[in-house]
Parts: sequence; C-alpha cells; structure tokens
Amino acid sequence: MLTLFLIFYPVVAASLILMIRGERVKQAALIAALVELAFAGYAFIGFKPDASSQFGFDYAWIGSLGIRFSAGIDGISVLLVLLTGLLVPFIILSTFDRSYPRPALFYALMLYMQAALIGVFTARDGFLFYFFFEAALIPIYFLAAMWGGANRIPVTFKFFVYTIFGSLFMLLALVYLYYQTPATAVSAHSAAIVDFYKLNLTPEAETWIFWAFFIAFAIKMPVFPFHTWQPDTYVESPTPATMLLAGIMLKMGVYGLIRFILPIVPLGVETWGKTAVILSVIGIIYGSIIAIRQRDMKRLIAYSSFSHVGLMAAGVFSQTETGMQGALVQMLAHGINVVGMFFVADIIFSRTKTNQLDQLGGITQTTPKLTVFFLIMLLGSVALPLTNGFIGEFLLLHGVFTYNNYLGLAAGFTIIFGAVYMLRMFQKSMFGQTSSRTESFADLTSSESWVFIPLVVLVFWIGIYPHSFLKVTEPAVANMMKYIGTTAVSLK
Amino acid sequence: MLPIVLLSVFGIALLFLGFLKSKAVLLPATLLFLVVALGVNFLDWNKTYLYFNDMLRTNNLSMVFTAIMLGSAFMVVALSSSFIDDDSAQPAEYYALMLFSLVGAVMMVSFENLIMLFVGVEILSVAMYVLTGSDKRNLRSNEAALKYFLMGAFATGIMLFGMALLYGATGSFTLSGLASYTAHPQTGLSLLIYVGLLMLLIGLLFKVSAAPFHFWTPDVYDGAPTIFTAFMSTVVKTAGFAALFRLLSVSFGGVYTFWWTLLAIITALTLIAGNITAVYQTSFKRMMAYSSISHAGYLLIGLASLGTQTKQAIVFYSLAYSVATIAAFGVLILVSQQRSTQTITSEGVLTENFDAFNGLARQNPLLGLAMTVSMLSLAGIPLTAGFWGKFYMFSTAVERGQIWLLVVAVLMSAVGIYYYFRVIIAMYFRDGATEPIRVAPFFQYVLVGAIILTIGLGIAPGLLQGLF
Repeated sequence: MLTLFLIFYPVVAASLILMIRGERVKQAALIAALVELAFAGYAFIGFKPDASSQFGFDYAWIGSLGIRFSAGIDGISVLLVLLTGLLVPFIILSTFDRSYPRPALFYALMLYMQAALIGVFTARDGFLFYFFFEAALIPIYFLAAMWGGANRIPVTFKFFVYTIFGSLFMLLALVYLYYQTPATAVSAHSAAIVDFYKLNLTPEAETWIFWAFFIAFAIKMPVFPFHTWQPDTYVESPTPATMLLAGIMLKMGVYGLIRFILPIVPLGVETWGKTAVILSVIGIIYGSIIAIRQRDMKRLIAYSSFSHVGLMAAGVFSQTETGMQGALVQMLAHGINVVGMFFVADIIFSRTKTNQLDQLGGITQTTPKLTVFFLIMLLGSVALPLTNGFIGEFLLLHGVFTYNNYLGLAAGFTIIFGAVYMLRMFQKSMFGQTSSRTESFADLTSSESWVFIPLVVLVFWIGIYPHSFLKVTEPAVANMMKYIGTTAVSLK
Repeated sequence: MLPIVLLSVFGIALLFLGFLKSKAVLLPATLLFLVVALGVNFLDWNKTYLYFNDMLRTNNLSMVFTAIMLGSAFMVVALSSSFIDDDSAQPAEYYALMLFSLVGAVMMVSFENLIMLFVGVEILSVAMYVLTGSDKRNLRSNEAALKYFLMGAFATGIMLFGMALLYGATGSFTLSGLASYTAHPQTGLSLLIYVGLLMLLIGLLFKVSAAPFHFWTPDVYDGAPTIFTAFMSTVVKTAGFAALFRLLSVSFGGVYTFWWTLLAIITALTLIAGNITAVYQTSFKRMMAYSSISHAGYLLIGLASLGTQTKQAIVFYSLAYSVATIAAFGVLILVSQQRSTQTITSEGVLTENFDAFNGLARQNPLLGLAMTVSMLSLAGIPLTAGFWGKFYMFSTAVERGQIWLLVVAVLMSAVGIYYYFRVIIAMYFRDGATEPIRVAPFFQYVLVGAIILTIGLGIAPGLLQGLF
C-alpha cells in the first residue's frame, strides 16, 4: 500500500496545488514534496534487505487481459524511489528565490512528474511500466516548453518525438513478450515482469527484443548515438526541469536496462552486449571531449552527464554484480551531483544573466559559501575518494574491467577527462579576475544554502559509508545475477 | 432494431418541427430523440434477434457500435448550437438528415443480408452527400458535395457488383450462407468469390477512406461545414468498420489467407499516406482529414490481423477516436467562428489553419485542455483512451505475428506526434489573438464530458470490456 501512496499522493497534491493562487504555492509544493520524501525515506529505512518486493500493491487493472496495476519496491528500485523522493523537494526549494509565471501549474507539473517517476521505478507489470514511462514525458515536456529558453519549442519537440519514437519499439517488445507468456488462472497471458523473466525465447526474438528495448532506453539515458536531443534540451529547459531530466528521468533508462534487458534477453545481451558497451564507451569519451570544449556551463554539465551515463550503461552490460551495484549507487550519486551542479549554474545565471565561462570569473572572492558547496559537488562529480561519485565509478569500472580489460581502460578515461573539464569550469568561473558581471556577486541566500546542505551530507555519506546503500541493493542484485546466469546457461 | 424505427420517426418529426417559427426547440428535441434512441437500443441487451425475414441481426456487439454512433451524433448535435443564430441554416433539415443517416449506419452495423448492407450504405451516404453541400453559398462546399457524390456513387457501384458476384458464386446474400459456403469448399472456391469479395471490400474501404481509395477525403472533409465533417469522420467511419468487421469475421474467416495480405498492404499504405501527407498540411481541418485516413489505417490493423482481440480492439478504438475527434472539431468550430479573418487561401480558410489556435490555452484554458487531451489521445499517448486503442490494435497484430506491419505502424505513430503537437504548440507556446472565445454552457459540458471520457478510459480501459 505504501507504494500506491507514493504514486498517488503527488497526483492528489498536485491537483490541489493547481487551485492555489499566488506565491503561497511554493510553500505548499515544498511541504507536499517533503511529505513524499518522508514516506520515501520510510520505505528506504523500513525496507528489509532481501530479494523480495515489498510494500506492494496489486489490483486487476485490465482483468481480462491479465494486465495488473501491480507495484512494489525491491532492492533495485528502492534507491531510485529514495532518489526521486529526495531530489524533488530540493529542486522545488531551489526555485524559492526565482519566480516563474503561472506558478501553480509549474509546481503541479513537477509533482505529476514525480508521481510518474515513482510509478516507473515501482511497476511490476510490463504495461504499467510503459504507462508511467510515457506519462512522465507529458509533464516534463510542458515544463520545458512553457518555461524554457528562446529556442525551446523546436528543441523540446525534438526531445518529445525522439523519446516517444524509442518507447514505441519498447511497446512492441512488451506486447510480443506478453503473448509469449503462458496462461494464468484468470487470463490467457500475463504481463507481470517476473513472468517475462521466465520466458524461453528464440535467439532471433531475443535479438530484436534486445534492440527494441535498448533503443528505447538508450534514447532516454542517452547513449551514443542517440544523444542528440540531450544537450539542447538541458540548456533550453528551465533549470528545475533540467534537474528533473538529468537527476531522475535519465535514470529511467538505466533502470530499464537492469529491469528488462538483462534478465529477459540474456542471450541477446550475450550476443549484442559488447556492441552496447562499445557504444557506451564511445559516449563516455566523446561526451568528455565535447565537454572539455564547452563554454556554456549548462551545456558542459549536460555533456558530462552524457559521459557519466555512458559509464553506467557499460557497467550494466558488463553483467557483473559489481557493475550492477555500481550502476545503482551511481544513479543515486549522479542524481545528487548533477542537481547540485545545475543549481550552481542556475545561481550563477540568476545573478549574472550568463552561463558563458568567458564572461565569468572571480566569483569566489565574494562567495565563500557557494565556493565550498560548488567544490564539494564538483569533487563528487569527478569521483574523488570519500565522495559519492567515487563509490559508483569504482564499482562500475571494476565491472567493466572484469568484462573486458581494453574497454575498461577506455572507460577509465572518464575520470581523467572528468577532472579536466570540471576543474576547468571551476577555474574559469570562480577564480581569476572578476568581470563586470561578477563584481558584486552575492553569496548564497539561506534557502539556496538549504538546498546544498543535505546534498553535501549525502555526497559524504555515500562516499564514506556506502554500505548503508549497498547492503540494501545487494540481495536483489545477487538474485538478478542468478536469473541472468541460469537463463543464459539453460539456453546454451 | 427499435433505434431504426425510432430514428426514422424522429427524423420525420423533426422535419415537421421545422415549420415552427422558433428554431430554438430543434436542438433540444434532437438531443432528446438521440437519448431516447440510445436508451431503447439497450432494451435488447444480451439477446440476439433476427428481424425482417432474417435481414438484420442485433446482438451486443451491434448494440455497442450503435451506442457509439448515437453517442457521437449526440456530441456533434450538441456542438451545433450556432445553427440557431445563422439565418441561412436549415437546422430542421440538417438534424433530420443526421437522424436518417444514423438509420443507415445502424443498418450497416447489424446487417445479416448483403442487401441490407447496401441499403444501409446508401441511406448513410445520400444523407452525407446532402449535408456536405449544405453550405450552399460556399463554392468549396458545393465542390466537395459533388466530388463526394460522384466518387461515392462509383464506389457503391463497385460494391454492388461485388455482391452480385458473391451471389452468383454462392446463391446466397446472407452472411451465414456465405460463411457456410466459404468454410466448406468441397472442390475449391469459385473465382467469383474472390473477385466479389475484392469488389465488396473496395466499396467499403472507400467509405472508410483507406488508401488508395482515400483521395476524396481531404477535399470533402475540408469543404463540408465543420460540424458535418465531425459527423462524417466519426459515425461514417465507425459504421464502415463495424460492417467490415462483421463481413470479414462472420463470412470470410475461412478465406483469411486470401484477403489478409491484401488488407495488410492496404493498411500499410493507408498509414503511410495518411500520416506523411498530414505533416505537410497548414490547415488544421485538412490535417484532421489526413489524420482520419491514418486512423483508418490503425483500425485496419485489427481487421488485417483478425483474431480474438479484434472485436474489442475495434470497439475501443472507434470510441476513443470518435470522442477525441469530435472534441477537436468542436474547438475548431468555436475558434474559426470567433477569430476574425475569414480569407480563403489555397490551403483552406485562414481561421482553420494552425495559426488560428495561437495562444488559445491562455485565452480559454478549457478549450486548450479539451484540444490537448484530444490531440494526445489521437497521438496515442498514455493516460488517454487513444493509447489503449493503439495498444489493443498492436496486440491483435502481435497475436497474428505481423511484425512488419507493426513496425510501419510504430514509425507512423511517431510521425503522427509531429502534426498533433503542432496544435498543442500553437495553443500553449505561441502568442496569438487576445479576444476571448465565448463558449455556450452546453458546449462546455460536452467538451468536459469528452475530456473525462478520454482520460477515464485512458486510466481504466477495463471499464468498457465488461460490456460485450
């Protein structure tokens, strides 16, 4: 029941928020999101670390077809539920010093988005997953296209068409899988994801289902060469929407890889996984190199995110336990870091009206608080030991190395390149001579600080004591590995 | 059966009501008639009857289709309140013709004998020819009516020829007669059967505007007064698909291998022609015409992969499509009436272009929402009924293993998003005329009803399934 509440409570809250007029809507949205965080936190703390699905809810949605409204939290989804619950209130808090026209709609869309995201991460039915996967797109489209930058209409439109196009192939794969499942007591077929795991598919079917799923998730993450929508969309969207996109939404893709591709088409992964890893590694290096060349902070962070996600995909396809654990922890870590980084960019933009690195500089002279927080988030992003990024990247690289030494070596460049572009950004914006735009740069307000404080706590918490997160995911990952192993063997 | 009698009587009654001085009574009277017909329709629920010497057969399926058509007609009529203010309009005749055409439509969904199918098609079509040309002073309307009539007559001729050939081959006009003949071919089926079926299909595919018999559609939809375009693209299409489904599933299931490839190719062609051409339209009305062609393509997927799911897929799709289409046309009617420019360009009337919707969501959030929900539903985005419509259609094809057809459909769905979103973009993200648009209260209820139905079925599609 808790899962059901986590999904529907934001919907109800958002619908009520739509009726509020004026500035009070910010506080209302924040309180609503904090309540959701409390319940997501409860789900995380109350989660018993084993391979089962907990706090579940199951209801015959379209009974005669065997499609169920079935949702629950297992070791794979628990960190993502926590992440979604965690980031939204801080994203809302980050807007407290800004004003957006039609605020009620703005915040309501954020909460609708949150509901859909929780739905994606908790769905236990293939079609329910698809339903939320697509539903998440509608609020983010309107957020980006109504409050975005000058070029927002074509950019967000491209994003929308791109992602829908990908997911339609996933729909085909799901329908196909559905028809392969044996009859259940109530209907001819089943759409439960666990029933998909048990299927024995032909090698041809595994191949095309692999690609159908892969394209859908690769566009969402994005993996090279499906990334062309991403930098523009991140730059043109209003910062809170970018945070949602980069912090949470792209995790839908990584999550999909773990939830669907690995266990359902192990043979397909066996055959095509290497191609996927190579594409991911190309993305890592390509994204890093472009990031180094960027002059716009937001665009730089967008490309860095593209590069980081490539590593997550490579880790997942390494089919190792460490790779998968790494991907899960890195999803949490990346979400925290990227939201922090985009918030820094937003603060700088709101004070100087530019994100161009050549026009910034010397900010650190007037801003001790911002400097410290920015640096911590940055070090998390470049995976300095004791920060959250280190744990994730270490595990991911370990996984990729186990899979293939050369690919591991290539993927390892992410750390070096990451340090290059991140430190360059920091240097260009914070150090050096002040420019006319940065002369009277004001330090963080209290609400801005309150966004950073919990994020920084998490950066160190995950970095110093990752066990509190890894232990939660471990049994589920081990169980998933067993699935991959057994199915693959039996097919051989 | 009772709806046929009642609709005929009500139609005549409406013609007499037209003698009254005030036109105000016509709209509520028509709505009342439709509600009565809808209620009466369900009296025979869960029973199967044969009427007129076994010429018509009513069962739950035919009643559900009838209900969808009567419901669509109800919505269309409810959106037609502007007839009262228009001195040149002849509402009594319009409403009567709509009711008469519904008689034909009901016959098409419940025929047992091919003659009844023919009579139904003709009753429906003749009324539509007249309604298309009802804007007498408008050249485009006249041209559309003539075009529709000439081509429609031609299609009917082919269909009739097909029926004659089928009769020649089997000695029977009844669906069961044809079925028993095609199911047990002792010495192989006569060639006449194949040619006859082909010609019959061509006639019906013309009516539902499937490619390559779709060329009349954009001109006719564009030229007809918008309210009748809404009627045409929903009621006529539903009737046509119900008839096709009845014909193919009852009588020609035995020769599936003969017609499915043909129908699958037509499906792919329809999807491609409808969607690709819709992209290039600048007129919203013409875009909707091409979109209706593309939706004929999606509906055809269900027929080309005839199976256990087809029945509910077609019912669900017809309902989802009809509600969304009528709401979209309803908004168009208001916008094109109340936004000032009325210049006719090569691509239609200026107030029927996408630009006419600029800034609409800010001026009138309800109209914006209704249009958005409709467009999302037509594009097949989750949370709307249209998504499940597509889902059921895709399911039928997967069940039959027609993956290539699905890939075409998926690619074309992605194309569809492009033109449906142009409207949403215009409404929400572009600045436009600032004058607010007046919406009559009843009009509002219909739009709200359409929104609720579309989202309701989008969240709980199972609601409809228990029905038949």
